[in-house]
Amino acid sequence: MNIEQKRKLESIAALVLSTLAAVAGLFWLVFILGDVLVRGIGALTPSLFLNDPTPAGVTGGGLRNAFIGQLMITGFATLIGVPIGILGGTFLAEYARGTRVARSISILSDIMVSVPSIVVGTFIYAVMVKPVGHFNGWAGAAALAVIMIPVVLRTTEDMLSLVPWTLREAAFALGAPYYKVIVQVVYRGAATGILTGILLSIARVAGETAPLLFTSFNNSFMSTDMRGPIASLTASIFQYAMGPYEDWHVQAWGASFVITIFILLITIAGRLIIKWRYK
Amino acid sequence: MPIIERRNSVDFVFSVITAVASGVVVLLILGILIVLIHESWLAINHFGVIRFIISTDWDPVKESFGAATAIFGTFVTTVLALFIAIPIAIGIAIFVTEICPPFLKEPIGIAIELLAAIPSIIYGMWGLFTLAPIMAKYIEPALQHSIGALPVVGILFQGTPMGIDMLTASVILSIMIIPFTASISRDSFNLTPAVVKESAYAIGTTKWEVVKNIVLPYSKLGIYGGITLSLGRALGETMAVAFVLGNNHQITSSLLNAAATITVTLANEFTEADKDLYLSSLFYLAIILFIMSFIVLALAKFFLLKAERKYSR
Repeated sequence: MNIEQKRKLESIAALVLSTLAAVAGLFWLVFILGDVLVRGIGALTPSLFLNDPTPAGVTGGGLRNAFIGQLMITGFATLIGVPIGILGGTFLAEYARGTRVARSISILSDIMVSVPSIVVGTFIYAVMVKPVGHFNGWAGAAALAVIMIPVVLRTTEDMLSLVPWTLREAAFALGAPYYKVIVQVVYRGAATGILTGILLSIARVAGETAPLLFTSFNNSFMSTDMRGPIASLTASIFQYAMGPYEDWHVQAWGASFVITIFILLITIAGRLIIKWRYK
Repeated sequence: MPIIERRNSVDFVFSVITAVASGVVVLLILGILIVLIHESWLAINHFGVIRFIISTDWDPVKESFGAATAIFGTFVTTVLALFIAIPIAIGIAIFVTEICPPFLKEPIGIAIELLAAIPSIIYGMWGLFTLAPIMAKYIEPALQHSIGALPVVGILFQGTPMGIDMLTASVILSIMIIPFTASISRDSFNLTPAVVKESAYAIGTTKWEVVKNIVLPYSKLGIYGGITLSLGRALGETMAVAFVLGNNHQITSSLLNAAATITVTLANEFTEADKDLYLSSLFYLAIILFIMSFIVLALAKFFLLKAERKYSR
């Protein structure tokens, strides 16, 4: 075999291996999603959504309390995290644009985005659960908000930076003060992008389990009281999957199905919006 | 000029509000650091720093705690996951940028990134009910019969294959971190100047030689950034490994044994810690994890910023 043939063969071998790698990646995606869909769809009974859990070991019951708890925790987390994130991102992209402070905070937020969420859980436990003496829904919402803030902040900063500077100059030239320029011109120009950022940040925290384990904990009863422990889908999945009853496993798959579909739809929608708006 | 002054004061208030909001991130990082150190102070005083890190004790009954077993588990699962994930991730990046037809680039890119969007608890569920049985029944016995029969490395595959072990946890972790390395590598591959690649093709290099000698060296920094980011994510991953690791505080030579990581220890024991020293030791683990992942993530950001500066020139 001469050297040309050897080089060609080597090239083909490497490219085949790369293709196999891509196939492997897709294989895992299809395998995991397919498994969740197949096992989950059978568990989607009306009872799962309409009933509260039965005592351990008694078959039947549902996860109504967890669905409502999850909505409340995620909803309040969004209400806390999104305004702070948007305002913070506004500071970095507008008032502090180009300064060293803005760059540092931006880098710190990027790091904060990937900080282990369970560490955030321990932190919130120390400041919001320990002083009160019991687990509470507010602590869960706060923990999720802490994870959300840097995500929203960074996307807002990026989206505001995409608005052309000349647009602001045009508004300045009409005599508008900076805050008016930001609220009425810049926010409008970046609205779709910011909204996408919010959507993606909700998708990011909706599946979080670790920070809820020792903040909002879990609750086998229906509760909407944010001052006490409150059930969440993710914490229920953890409890049910690790539990000994087949009925629990089935319900855990049902809950996994709902949460996976919810998150994937939001993620795909977010990507499509970005693609459609910023092509 | 009363009107302008009034306007300016509103503007000032708005700027202060936004400044405070952006300061929240800094406050949170400092807050986590201070609060966790404060909470773990009891354990820090009791066990010291070096002794806590090298001690393999984890005995809630005798109240003797050390981080070595948890750090060992974290280290082994993370490194093994990177070993599995990096070649696949870079292969995916090569496929997407150099091989696949243009109309498939976008869908495959999104599909790989969806892997990162699946919540870790779903990976955990899937790992426990689907992957672990497969590992125990087929893959682990097969590994035992092939690699396990070899001298030296065979020691890694001793014991009864149960599926609930470090190997299964690493496989799940590797799937979770593939998208991070893959998408960042793909983005840096795309930044290789076409002119350089074309000149290489013009003198008769094969596709693989272009990738190996031009694209890979050119996007080195981006790849390092992606790998380091994956490392940071893997260190702090909790739920995906909590299901399949077994939370067993031991240091073993076999990958087919249960183990504990820092995250799994926290997830399983935090709400059960009934004594002050126990809880404080768990906070101690949390601060160690926080500092470790913060350093790794900062390093990742450093690589990515350096890459960005290089490519924008």
